[in-house]
Amino acid sequence: MKLTLKVWRQKDRNDKGKMETYQLDKVSGHMSFLEMMDVLNEQLVSKGEVPIAFDHDCREGICGMCSMYINGEAHGPDRGVTTCQLHMRKFKDGDTIYVEPFRAKGFPIIKDLVVDRSAFDRIQHAGGFVSVNTSGNTQDANAIPVPKADADKAFDAATCIGCGACVASCKNASAMLFVSAKVSQFALLPQGKVEAKRRVLNMVEQMDKEGFGNCTNTGACEVECPKGISLENIARMNREYLKASIFSE
Amino acid sequence: MTSEQSMAILDAKIPEGPLKEKWTNHKNKINVVNPANKRSIDIIVVGTGLAGGSAAASLAELGYSVKAFCFQDSPRRAHSIAAQGGINAAKNYQNDGDSTYRLFYDTVKGGDYRAREANVYRLAEVSANIIDQCVAQGVPFARDYGGLLDNRSFGGVLVSRTFYAKGQTGQQLLLGAYSAMNRQIGKGKIQMFNRHEMLELVLVDGKARGIIARNLVTGEIQRHSAHAVVIASGGYGNVFYLSTNAMGSNVTAAWRIHKKGAFFANPCYTQIHPTCIPRSGDYQSKLTLMSESLRNDGRIWVPKKLEDVEAIRKGTKKPTDLAEDDRDYYLERRYPAFGNLVPRDVASRAAKERCDAGFGVNETGEAVYLDFSAAIMRYGKEKALVTGEEHPSAARILELGEKVVEEKYGNLFQMYEKITDDNPYKTPMMIYPAVHYTMGGIWVDYNLMTTIPGCYAAGEANFSDHGANRLGASALMQGLADGYFVLPYTIGDYLASDIRTGKISTESPEFDEAEKAVKARIDRFIGNKGTKSVDHFHKRLGKVMWDKVGMARNEAGLKEAAKEIREIRAEFYQDVFVPGTANELNPELEKALRVEDFLELGELFAYDALQRTESCGGHFREESAETDGPQKGEAKRDDDNFAYVAAWEWSGDPEKAILHKEQLTFNDIELKQRSYK
Repeated sequence: MKLTLKVWRQKDRNDKGKMETYQLDKVSGHMSFLEMMDVLNEQLVSKGEVPIAFDHDCREGICGMCSMYINGEAHGPDRGVTTCQLHMRKFKDGDTIYVEPFRAKGFPIIKDLVVDRSAFDRIQHAGGFVSVNTSGNTQDANAIPVPKADADKAFDAATCIGCGACVASCKNASAMLFVSAKVSQFALLPQGKVEAKRRVLNMVEQMDKEGFGNCTNTGACEVECPKGISLENIARMNREYLKASIFSE
Repeated sequence: MTSEQSMAILDAKIPEGPLKEKWTNHKNKINVVNPANKRSIDIIVVGTGLAGGSAAASLAELGYSVKAFCFQDSPRRAHSIAAQGGINAAKNYQNDGDSTYRLFYDTVKGGDYRAREANVYRLAEVSANIIDQCVAQGVPFARDYGGLLDNRSFGGVLVSRTFYAKGQTGQQLLLGAYSAMNRQIGKGKIQMFNRHEMLELVLVDGKARGIIARNLVTGEIQRHSAHAVVIASGGYGNVFYLSTNAMGSNVTAAWRIHKKGAFFANPCYTQIHPTCIPRSGDYQSKLTLMSESLRNDGRIWVPKKLEDVEAIRKGTKKPTDLAEDDRDYYLERRYPAFGNLVPRDVASRAAKERCDAGFGVNETGEAVYLDFSAAIMRYGKEKALVTGEEHPSAARILELGEKVVEEKYGNLFQMYEKITDDNPYKTPMMIYPAVHYTMGGIWVDYNLMTTIPGCYAAGEANFSDHGANRLGASALMQGLADGYFVLPYTIGDYLASDIRTGKISTESPEFDEAEKAVKARIDRFIGNKGTKSVDHFHKRLGKVMWDKVGMARNEAGLKEAAKEIREIRAEFYQDVFVPGTANELNPELEKALRVEDFLELGELFAYDALQRTESCGGHFREESAETDGPQKGEAKRDDDNFAYVAAWEWSGDPEKAILHKEQLTFNDIELKQRSYK
């Protein structure tokens, strides 16, 4: 198929940036979106131009490195996938596709489609852990049975890949889905309960500091999340937060 | 050609005493650094996957000042994240006779008797601690209804010792290590450098004392000093261009230390994983793995008759149209004891054998079926029985069975469908082998120290525990064993003599020179007036590697490969075009610096495969196969001549690399032909 691509080009953090138009021919439906971008870049390099910078690594939907809005949606029109898992069969011959970086105050643009998501790391530094040192004498893994339902829910929350699609999709650029996924994972497990109060207070404080907006329950984050992280986690985080605020240590 | 020396300069430092007591005795006797002194000792960790992440966190917990580096935008994105199936541990929770010895035995046997006994025993010993540690961190492993941990079984073993978190075990374990790192970053004990790439090792008085790194966002070249440097940068599977590795996975950190004096061991030991999604076109950028855990329930087959193959390729027949009798379940036929759960190297070669004979089931002729219909029906019947449904219809059994399979492998099935547009619940998956893991790597002694004092290698980056073939679910085990439980102890033994050294200065002739060399390499690429992209050369290298240094190797092909790689390398320097500048985010420049190193490694890889005229594990020399008897066609090892580790020393050019041999001795295991019949 033949495509017209309108791609955001921005030289660096301080550049104003603008959309550029590119034509691409012989795109196969079996290509992933990023393989299509590779072909476009190869075409640019062969003409002596600077290729489009975009983040990517594992190309199997698990590292969370790839980002970008495709036709205004984080990770594009398909559901439950990252950009690298989006295949060109979802598009038609003659389509015009708009490609832009994630846009949020908390994610400054570095170059072209590459954004800085280090705010997510800093939120994790504030409390996204269980305080346990490495030790050859930790108690046996089966010492505390965990109800399967809790373990499964904790797992579902823990599958967040930290890509930032939730923030990019939210009109408030809220990071509540991301933060609540980690808070939930640990709140559901006995190992995480000990520090649950401090964790939720510290992580929410850091989230606010990073300039992410509030949650107004539109649910766009859940729709665009490539891993299907549920809004239920935000509800759980709100409960945890309220509990921690009322019954301080 | 390469010259050969068998000098006694390789000392593996394996502790004295009986196998079972070596690690405990060693820990009791090695030097330790007191807590106050640890604060003034700096350690650099390159790579933040399971090995690097767990090492950085544990070293910081001990009190060392750690600087960690990753080229991704966050340590959480290291490629360990993509490991699917599970992690082995000798817990014996299933009471099926598992033990430290059995895990040790399976691993040495699975590695085709080309690993060090003492290292593997230690790995098996600490495996149980890993599970305890991860659970304490809040890693949500799969559990049964009693709330206890669940297990599954993997290829090459007869017990269920694999712990898992659906098909995302690597992700969960890495996020565990990442959370441990985050705690230390928050405390200021780890200084984290995201989007930074190590480009050179700095030696002062023969010791590793720092690195030169490039800030990938600004292009700034930085000097970082330390008392020890840990390389945990993963494997080099991307030398094949197409592999299951991430796009950025590279050999550069490992290759740079190799060129500074660290020996590179067994580069030719590569794992070709049997169950990957076949390639679909020239634009293909990577191959996607389908977890080995699928072989617990999936049956692998091709049609028995060539006319059925033809019909399937033309689309006039569907795989589901073929009767049981017309299907060749070739693994079950050839290996009745292990069936679909033979080790990876065996399964890969068997798939290649069928496809070479013309039985491949897609247009490229490079695909076999992985079929879940039998498992779906079996689970459906079980489920109906358990829930007390009487006389369920076939459709109901199918429905129930699909649900059970979805619970076990849902995300993998979804991933498959997204890529291929086929529904694997309704039609068998198509799979083919692909490069997945490299058992070879930087040579290390028992303490994980390379041949450079103060320079360590951990995880896939080192060569140590998997011999010539790695068993499923053992990579995660080794990465975390090295990082959580081995390196934090052994590094103290070395650093104990460094407590009076004080801060290492970066203002020295050694740092000047290393920085100058890095800048020269970068300038060479940026100023080159070439015409072809970096990927052009990488793809050509990959094709030579796959065709001549891939699943089956022979003398003539390997010699051609080495020659062709040299030619590609010469052309690369002359004709590569790297757009943009050095002082910005420049992915083409990053790739050029990595491919430069792959082009040297590829050649050494071919020489290593050439000198090893036996077949062992993932290394199959066509000249060395059984010619008759029940094992006809199977790989033939040569223990008399090749029970050694091939450790290569750099001397200016891959062609001039010097071979050193570390003889492997087996006191606790009897060397046998590895039979899975």
